[in-house]
Order: sequence, then structure tokens, then C-alpha cells
Amino acid sequence: MSSTVDGIVFLALAFATIGGAVMMLATRNVVHAAFWLLEVMLATAGLYMLLSAEFLALVQVLVYAGSVAVLILFTIMLTLRRREDAIRDFEPGWGAGILAVLFGGALLFAVERFSAQMRPGVMPEVVPDVAAFGEKLFTSWAVPFEIASLVLLVALVGAVWWSGGDGQ
Amino acid sequence: MTLIQPVGALSFMALSVVLFSLGLYGALSRKSTVMVLMSLELMANAININLVALSRFSAPAEMTGQFFAVFSMVVSAAEIGLGLALVLALYRQRKTVEIDAMQELKG
Amino acid sequence: MVESVTADHTVLLMFIIVGAIFVPLTLTASHLLAPSKHDERKLDTYECGSEPIGPPWVQFRVGYYVYALLFVVFDIETVFLYPWAVAFDRMVVFVLAEMIVFIAILAGGLAYAWKEGALRWR
Repeated sequence: MSSTVDGIVFLALAFATIGGAVMMLATRNVVHAAFWLLEVMLATAGLYMLLSAEFLALVQVLVYAGSVAVLILFTIMLTLRRREDAIRDFEPGWGAGILAVLFGGALLFAVERFSAQMRPGVMPEVVPDVAAFGEKLFTSWAVPFEIASLVLLVALVGAVWWSGGDGQ
Repeated sequence: MTLIQPVGALSFMALSVVLFSLGLYGALSRKSTVMVLMSLELMANAININLVALSRFSAPAEMTGQFFAVFSMVVSAAEIGLGLALVLALYRQRKTVEIDAMQELKG
Repeated sequence: MVESVTADHTVLLMFIIVGAIFVPLTLTASHLLAPSKHDERKLDTYECGSEPIGPPWVQFRVGYYVYALLFVVFDIETVFLYPWAVAFDRMVVFVLAEMIVFIAILAGGLAYAWKEGALRWR
């Protein structure tokens, strides 16, 4: 019973994720593409919920759907002078398409081979909660945590440096 | 078939492969730098799904994949922040965001 | 510890379904119930009741980008503060120092942006 529900939810979310990605690449309007990316990110948050990584779903919504989408939309609005600039020519990119299909095919083949070694999957029952996550994060993962703040600092300083600070 | 079984690690990995390939196609074929960066985000997203799913199905109590995914999200947020700042720097110099405008170092 | 993944999120699912129904329902209701008499002024873009000047698509100043990036950085800080606060009573005092170092490093970035004048509103 429960695994059927999981399957339906997974199929719906997979459709939303892949469909959103396809639409993002198919639309010719950059602003629409940004909103399709936002949809992909929200569907991914749903996938994390399905994998019972609740905290990660929260991070996904806050970081990707919240701030990264804001950054992308800001850049689009800062760099386009007129509404018409957002519409782009159709860029099929046949070579890139063939390469991506070959790459994806090879990877799917590898995954299929790998499946022989995997135990047939069911969702494990035990779900660690946010408190357990926090406890591990600040003990075993303390050093990466501090390095993450350094990465953010470098990004911030670099962006301020490049954007000239003085406004022009 | 394998994909219609109860949802397992394999289903998530297949989804992740498709998403990554779409991102790869976008990153290689688009001429707008903003679109290239968005495609990179798609690829990072696919990798995060893979990390979380594999950690969930192999060692759920350890949550290693979740920590990896959190730090990967932080890094990719920093990456897109810097990348878009570069796009803006390019735009101020050349008044365009086309990737073909960056050809100064082409031999 | 929850027993099943989907059972735990029934409330969330209901919320999403009701939300998805609510928006088209109210829009349709207002479309059906409201009288529709349009004139040029009513169809114009709403801008606090005054007449709009210029096209709605405007180009922002590049300086705004730094604000957006500062938002991202402190958004991520919030993300880390949440599990820290939830798990705080289970851990030793050392994690307090950890978080202070984390916030201090990010505050250093804010101070740098401030010093460079990126936060000056012009």
C-alpha cells in the first residue's frame, strides 16, 4: 500500500522535475526559463521529502527557490534593457544534444549494471530528525561547516570586488 | 522493468541521470551566460538528488549524503553568486551577456 | 520517528491540494460574479492610482546585486542556525564557539561590503 503511494508520488515529482527542466531549455524567454528552474527546484524539494530528508527540503526551498532564483531574476533584470531582449533565438545545439544523449545513455547503462549489486529498494523505516542532523553537523562535520562560511565569505568579497563597490 | 518496481535507489539514480544530461545539454548549447549558469544549477541539483537517495537507501542513520548535499548547496549558491557577478562585470564592459563576447584569450 | 514517509505528510499534501484548488476557484468566482465594464483607465497598469510613467520594464542599477548576494549569504546562515538551535541542548558548549566563529566570518564579509561602499544607497 505505502509503496504504491510512494511510487505515485515519485512518478509525479519525477515528471515535474524533468518536465520543468525540458521546459526551461525549450522556452525562448529567459525570464520564463528562470521560473521553470524555480519549478524544478521546488519539485526537487518534494523529492527530498519523499526521501524523508525534511531538513534538506527546507534548505532547498530557502536556498535554491528563495535566494538563487532571486539572484538569477536580478541578473536578468539588470542586464536586459527591453522586454524584447528576453526573447532569444532558437538554439538547437545539435552537437551538444548528441553528446548529452550519449553521456546520459552511458550513465543509464552503468546504473542498470550497478543495480545488480544493489539490494532491491524499499524506503527504510527509521528516519533521523533535524535534532539528530544538527548534532552530527556540529560534531563530526564541524570543519566543513566552518569552511562553508569561508566559501561564502570569498563569494561575497569577490562579488563586491567585481561589481566595483562604488556603484559604477 | 526496473523503473516500475517499488521506488528504489535505482529510480532516483535514473531521474538524476536524465536531469544531469539535460543540464549538460543546456550548459553546452546555450549562448546566454545566464542560461549556462542555470543549466549548471540543474546539474548540481541532479547530483544532490543522487547523494541524498544513495545515502537514504544504503545507510540512512549516517546521513552522510545529506551533509554532502547541504555543503554542495552552499558551494553552488556561492558559485552562482560569483558567476552572476562575472556576468554583470561582462555586461558592464561589453553591454552584452552573450558568451561569444568573451573571446579575448582565444588563440 | 515516523513510520511511513507518505503518512507523515498527509497534512502537507492536503494543504497543497486545497491551495491548488483555492486559487483557480476564487479567480473563476470573481470572473463570474463581478460585472465587467472596461474602459481605458481600468485596463491600465495599476500604480498606486496614479498614471504610470514609462514602460513597466525598467533596468535596475548594478549596485542592487550586492544586496541580493548579501541576502543569499545570510539566508544560508539562517539555514545553519536552525539545526543548531534545535540540537543545542544536546551538545557541549563548544558548538556555541563554532557558531560564533561562523557568524564572525560572515560578518567580516558584511563589514568588507560596507567598507567598500557597496551598501551606500544612491
